[in-house]
Amino acid sequence: MKTILFILQKEFIQIFRNKTMLPMIFLMPILQLLILVNAATFEMKDIDMVVVDKDLSSASRQLTSKFEGSPFYNLNRQSFSVKEGKDKLLEDEADLVMVIPDHFEHDLRNENEADVQLLINAINGTAAGLINAYTSGVIADYNKNIISEWTKQPKMAETNPLEVIYSYWYNPEMNYKIYMVPGILVILVTIISLFLTALNIVREKEMGTIEQINVTPIRKYQFIVGKLVPFLIIALVELGIGLLIGKFLFDVPMIGSLPLLFGFAFVYLLVILGFGLFLSVISESQQQVMFVVFFFMLVFILMGGIFTPAESMPEWARYVNIINPIAYFMRVIRMIMLKGSGFIDILPEFIGLVIYAFISLSLAVWRYRKVA
Amino acid sequence: MNRFIGFVKKEFIHIFRDRRTLLILFGMPIAQILIFGYVITNEIKEAKIAVYDKSKDAVTREITDKLVSSGYFTLAKEIDHSGEIEEIFQKGEVREIVIFEQDFDKKLKEEGSASIQLLLDATDANMANLLQSYTSGIIQDYSQKITIEKSNAPVIKPKPRMLFNNELKGVYMFVPGTMAMILMLVSAMMTSISITREKETGTMEVLLVSPLKSFQVIIGKVTPYVLLAFINGIVIIALGYFVFEMPVKGSLVLLLSVTLLYIIMSLSLGILISTVSNSQEVAMFVSMFALMLPTLLLSNFIFPVENMPWPLQWLSTIIPAKYFVTLIKGIMIKGTGLAFVWKEIVILLLFTSIFITASIRKFKIRLE
Repeated sequence: MKTILFILQKEFIQIFRNKTMLPMIFLMPILQLLILVNAATFEMKDIDMVVVDKDLSSASRQLTSKFEGSPFYNLNRQSFSVKEGKDKLLEDEADLVMVIPDHFEHDLRNENEADVQLLINAINGTAAGLINAYTSGVIADYNKNIISEWTKQPKMAETNPLEVIYSYWYNPEMNYKIYMVPGILVILVTIISLFLTALNIVREKEMGTIEQINVTPIRKYQFIVGKLVPFLIIALVELGIGLLIGKFLFDVPMIGSLPLLFGFAFVYLLVILGFGLFLSVISESQQQVMFVVFFFMLVFILMGGIFTPAESMPEWARYVNIINPIAYFMRVIRMIMLKGSGFIDILPEFIGLVIYAFISLSLAVWRYRKVA
Repeated sequence: MNRFIGFVKKEFIHIFRDRRTLLILFGMPIAQILIFGYVITNEIKEAKIAVYDKSKDAVTREITDKLVSSGYFTLAKEIDHSGEIEEIFQKGEVREIVIFEQDFDKKLKEEGSASIQLLLDATDANMANLLQSYTSGIIQDYSQKITIEKSNAPVIKPKPRMLFNNELKGVYMFVPGTMAMILMLVSAMMTSISITREKETGTMEVLLVSPLKSFQVIIGKVTPYVLLAFINGIVIIALGYFVFEMPVKGSLVLLLSVTLLYIIMSLSLGILISTVSNSQEVAMFVSMFALMLPTLLLSNFIFPVENMPWPLQWLSTIIPAKYFVTLIKGIMIKGTGLAFVWKEIVILLLFTSIFITASIRKFKIRLE
């Protein structure tokens, strides 16, 4: 026990002495959390729109003014040629071109039917789907006005027999940040702990100082524990700071139990740290270990379902996610914080991670050789 | 010049000797692009929903069928009483519950209207928003059909055309995004690490007292990586083209030159990082932290920048990857030529020259 304490002391002194790394370890993640949480939104607030009105009738103008009145659209250009509109799409200056054809009002009055063409920049398919839905909604709205105006039939029921009422549970204000804060927090805690541990032993190898430790009577497990605990503490502290920021700056609720969250985070960190140590033990240089870590990080993060829902992924990807620790933590931190899920709800994930932690730590201890 | 060539040779030998790093260097982008191309998607495909049908008549069945046959949803569960709602949300089994009121068909026929309630698990607000608009859209469509059948009211039909990507494929977003990200990180990390490594191990001193000029040392260190990263870029483009059927509508020469420019820019950023950091750990931390998340989030990779609050939009103007993503999308998917994309190219050139000038300044200081 005493040996472990000494190793711990050495590690902590090393960390706190390094005046360039220390602020980075703490400030960078916090800064990123503060800034980047705001970025993750699909709300379409500024749809740049070009209207090509070939009809110039009162109906087409009314329709255009509907869009002018909407806060979602930036109607900055009117044009008379479809080509000009398409050029704007090519230049990335417009997301949507609405073409109102000749005889729009005429057709609408006489044939009861008229088309409006929507040209949407669909490179971002998700955004395009939303733009289409919003725009069709505005047009349908205008359509209702026309029906009640022209046919003198103000009964809403006639024009809209199916009424859709929706309510958003757990997050009635649709604050996307409360979903992103836990997600980004997971990434930051993971990067910090995985990087620092992975670099640690390789660094000692590269500098040659590992030899000095190897010739001491320190046991393997003591060494590993001594290397793990400091980063475990740092990561948990960062998680705590992140949660406070989430709570006070972004109004992220903490419905579930805080001890449960930290307990789960503890197990999760054991997995990550064990994994980091394992990589560190089998690598020869910092450069090598860095690229391996970078590879796994990127794959784990993006597959873990931070930005894109894990359900939309193909089946094999969901199987891969069984060995993706980030996917577990990502799901559970959101369940606990936002929905207040209890221990029973997260039990399968918990058991999974405990097994995982056991495996990754044993691998690290097993592969660590006291002979360089 | 001879000396310089000798130095470049030494660097190449250095790199090729480290088989593992080399393997990772080439294996990584391939694996990543394959994984992301298949996995990362925002498309709503077979999202799990539950239906709580209090009426169970022909109309409610038809609407349910309409929802399921759209391909966006799968019916994961049918609920019989309202007590189950909370429970299945809590477990995270479904994200949306569709509730039909009692005597749905009857109300629709007798009173002319009936209501459908949608409950959404909005912990993921973006997803909830998408699901809601898709579901409402399908129901509105059905609703309009009923109206038209009954009366002959005037109808405006929106005819949407999805330009550049009519199947709304996710890869069109993710291939350019992943490419920007991998090239940036690989180039910046590789250079900054390899230079700081010489510093850490003390061999930099040796290089500096050699008759090579300091800029020759730097260029010599970077040249092999230009080549490696460029090969990576080509592999990614080829994978996009052959595996994911990304078109290359514009000029291939332009595409490759833009890629090369971006690589040189990232490498010069790597040089800058290495001049300000004194250990590999710091260099890696900076390249990883300062570059990974911002590149991921502020480059139009996943989230459109134009929806973000203005400070972030402003911040995104100094993220080089953003311009590269615009360039790639323009050249590959839209088929635009130099006339449309020269602005982005100029900006990337500007970034490169700023990084290079700054590093030359910093580098000299260390010599004294």
